Amino acid sequence: MRNRKIRGLIILVVLLVTAYYFLPMVVPNLPSFWTTKRLKLGLDLQGGSQIQLEVDFTNSELSDKEREDAIKTAYEIIRNRIDQFGVAEPLIQRVANTNRIIIQLPGLKDPSRAKNLIGKTAMLEFKFVASSEQMQETYEAMDKFLQENIEKYEFMSEFVDADETEEVVDVLGSDEETDDESYENAMIFTDLTTSEEGMPLQIDYKHIAKLKSLLMDPEFVKNVPTGLQISLGKENKDDPYSARNIYILHKNAEITGTSLENAITKIGQGYTAKDKGPYIMLEFKKSGAKKFKNITGQNIGERLAIILDDIVFMAPTIESRIPDGQARITGNFTIEECHDLVIVLNAGSLPAPVNIIEERTVGPTLGSDSIKAGIMAALIGMIAVILFMMVYYKLSGFFADIAVTVNVAFIVAVMTMLEGTLTMPGIAGMILTIGMAVDANVIIFERIREYLAAGKTIRSAVDSGFNRALVTILDANITTLITALVLYQFGTGPIKGFAVTLSIGIVGSMFASIVLVKAIFDGLITNSAKDKLSI
Amino acid sequence: MKFFGKTKIDFIGKRRIAFAISSVIILAGIVSLVINQGPKYSIDFTGGVSMELELTPVAEGAQIIKVQEIRDALTNAGIEDAEIQEIKGKEGKQLVLIKTQAVGEMKDKTSTKVIDVIKQQFPDNVDPETLIRLQEEVGPKIGEELKGKAILAIFWALLGIILYIWWRFELTFGLAAVAALFHDVLITVGIFSLLGKEISLSIVAALLTIVGYSLNDTIVVFDRIREDLKLYRKESYGSVINYSINETLSRTIITSLTTFVVVLCLYIFGGSVIHDFAFALLVGVVVGTYSSIFVASPLMVEHFNKKEKKLGSRTKKKK
Repeated sequence: MRNRKIRGLIILVVLLVTAYYFLPMVVPNLPSFWTTKRLKLGLDLQGGSQIQLEVDFTNSELSDKEREDAIKTAYEIIRNRIDQFGVAEPLIQRVANTNRIIIQLPGLKDPSRAKNLIGKTAMLEFKFVASSEQMQETYEAMDKFLQENIEKYEFMSEFVDADETEEVVDVLGSDEETDDESYENAMIFTDLTTSEEGMPLQIDYKHIAKLKSLLMDPEFVKNVPTGLQISLGKENKDDPYSARNIYILHKNAEITGTSLENAITKIGQGYTAKDKGPYIMLEFKKSGAKKFKNITGQNIGERLAIILDDIVFMAPTIESRIPDGQARITGNFTIEECHDLVIVLNAGSLPAPVNIIEERTVGPTLGSDSIKAGIMAALIGMIAVILFMMVYYKLSGFFADIAVTVNVAFIVAVMTMLEGTLTMPGIAGMILTIGMAVDANVIIFERIREYLAAGKTIRSAVDSGFNRALVTILDANITTLITALVLYQFGTGPIKGFAVTLSIGIVGSMFASIVLVKAIFDGLITNSAKDKLSI
Repeated sequence: MKFFGKTKIDFIGKRRIAFAISSVIILAGIVSLVINQGPKYSIDFTGGVSMELELTPVAEGAQIIKVQEIRDALTNAGIEDAEIQEIKGKEGKQLVLIKTQAVGEMKDKTSTKVIDVIKQQFPDNVDPETLIRLQEEVGPKIGEELKGKAILAIFWALLGIILYIWWRFELTFGLAAVAALFHDVLITVGIFSLLGKEISLSIVAALLTIVGYSLNDTIVVFDRIREDLKLYRKESYGSVINYSINETLSRTIITSLTTFVVVLCLYIFGGSVIHDFAFALLVGVVVGTYSSIFVASPLMVEHFNKKEKKLGSRTKKKK
C-alpha cells in the first residue's frame, strides 16, 4: 500500500509538471509568469538562415595564441556587423575549439545580403592609379607572360586564336606567314579587355571569371611589374552583366581603414547623376586627416583609387587639396548597399579572411508549409493509432491511448522546460514515438492475454504481465536510446532535434505505459468486482 | 479483438527460403550500388548547392518558365551541369529544384549567383518575399567532415548495441542482432540506390532510427527465446525458437502496424522536407520487422545447431 502511495505521488507530480509546461501551447492568454519558458521553433519551421564561417589562416603565419585572438576579434566584428544589420534575435556562436563561427538569422528571406556583409574583410585602402606608361608596361608584360605560359592557362587559349584571325584580316598576308607572327605578337591579356578611346580599360562580363582566376594565380601575380597590381572595378548593380572597369594601381596603400574615424551614409540631393542618390561619407582620424591633406595636396591631377576588399569602388582625379579629412565615395549605390558598406567600415576590418563553408536557408513559406504538414501528419497518425488500440484492446486499449496522449504532452513539456528548439525532424521523432509508444503496452497486453488464456486470475495475470514485460521493454528501449544518443552526439542542428524528441519520447513512453497504465489497472481491479478484463 | 490465435507457423523450417529472398534483394541493391559507383550522396556529403525556388508567375501575363529556359540562363551565366527539376507545389505554385555539385571552395557563392540570374532573367516570376523556399550550400570540406561523422555515428551505434546485448544476453545474440541490422540497412540503402534517391544527412539519421527500431523488434523476440530456452529444456533449439517467434508474433505485427501507420502518415502528409526521410523509415519498418523474424532468430538457430554438433545434442546433454 505504501508503495502505491509513493507511485501515486510520482504520477501526480509528473502529470502536474507536464500540464504546467504543456498548457501554454494550447491555452492562450495565460499569465505571463506561466509563459516565460517557451518552445522555440527551429529555422526550418519559422524560416531563416544558418551560416557557418571559417576564419581562414591558410596564408598566414600566426602563432596559436595569435590565431585564437584573431578568431575572437573576427567573432566580435561579425557580431557587430550582424547586430547593425537588423535581424531580430540573431544567434552568433563560436564552435568550440575550432576556427568556426555559426550564425543563425531567423526570418531572413534572402541570405545574399547577409552573406556579403559577413564575408567582407572590409579592407579599405587608398592607392594611386598607375601612369599610362606603367599601364602600357603592365599589359605588355602580362601579354608576354601568358604567351610564354599559355599551356598553363588553357582557359585563355581562345585569345590566342582570336588574335590569329584578327591578324589575318589586318595583314591580309598568306596563312603560313601570319601564323607564326601572330602567335609571337598575340596580345592574350590585352585582348581579354576592351578599351575605348578616352575610357578606362574595361572587361566584358563574360570574361570576368577568367580575370579573377588569373588574379588568384600566384604565378601570374608575381609577374606583374614591380610595385604595381591589377584590380577589378565594382560591378554595376543596375546591370550586373555589364562590363567592369579594370585598373592598374600602385601596390602601396597611401591610407588604410585604420585611419578611419567614422563612415556614414548620406543621400545626395543634386540633379546630376553624380550628385544624386546615396553616397558614403568617410571621416578620418586626426592623423589620417593630416596624411590625407598632404597626399591630396602633393598629387593634384593624379587619380586616387578607393579600394574595399580589393575591389576598386572609384578612382577620382584629385582636383584640390582636401584639408578637413573627409572623403566621399559616390557611385551607383543602392541604399542597402551603402548601408551595408557603412556597417562593415565602422565595425572594422577582419583580422583574417573568413570563408562561408556552409549555408542553409529555409524560406518562410516552406517553414509554414512544414509546420502545417507536420501537425497534420502527427494528428492523423495519432488518431489512427488511438482508434486502432481501442478497437483491438477495448478498455485496455483506451488506457494505452491515455499513455500515448500523456507521452506526446510530456515530450512537448520537457522540450519547453529545457527551452529546446522544435525542428521538423523533431516533429518526425515525435510522430515515430507515437507509433512506438504503444509498443510497451502491446507487449504487456499480449502477455496478460497469454496469462489469462492460461487460466490465471485477472489480478495475477495483470501483475505477472507487467512484471515479465518490464524486462523486455527495458532491453528493447535502452538499445533504441543508445542509437538516439549516438545520433545526438554526431548530429548537427535538426538531427539533434530528432534525437532529443526520440529520447524524451522513449523515456516518457516507458513511464506512461509501465507506471501510469499499471496504476490505472490497479485502480480498476481493486475497485470493481468484475471477473472479466476488457483487453 | 484478435488477429492471431495461437499460431504455429514454421518460420525456422522456412529460413532457407527467407535467406534466399533476403540475399536476392540485397544482391540487387549491391549490383545497383556497383553500377552507380556507390550510393547517390546528397550535397550534405559531396558539397554543392541545392535550392528550391518558387517561380509562380506574378506579373500580369507572365508565363510559366520551362526548365530548359532556366538551364539556358544558368549556363549563360557560367553555371553549367546544374540539375534542374520541376516539382509540384500546392495551389498551383510553380516550384523548381536546382542542384549543382561543389565547384571548388564556396568563395564563388554559387547560390547567390543562381538567385541573381533568376531575378535578372525572370523578373515576372519572382516575388522576392517567397522566391527562396530552400537554399543550401555546403562546402566540400564540410561535406567530407559530415561523411566522416556519419560513418563514426553508425560505428558507435553498432558497437554500443553489440556491447549492450552482449551484457544482457550473450555475444552471439548481439552478433545475430547486428547481422540483422546490416541486413536492414543494406536493403534500405540498396532500395534508395535502385530508386535513384539521395543519401543525405537526414537519411543517415533515418538509417540509425531503423537500426534502433529493428533492434527493438529483435530484442523482444530474443527476450522470449531466452525465456523459453530455460522453460522448455527438452525441445530442440529450432522448435523452441520457432515457438518464441510464434508467441511474440502478434506483438511484432501490431507494433509494426502502428509504427507503419504513423510513418505512412508522415510520408503522405509530412510535406516535402521530410518525404525521403519518411520513405526510408517506411522501408525500414517493413524490413526491420521481417528481419527480426526471418533473419536474426534463424541465425541463432544456425548458431545453436553448430554448437550442438560440437557439444552434442542439448536434449541428450541435459539428461
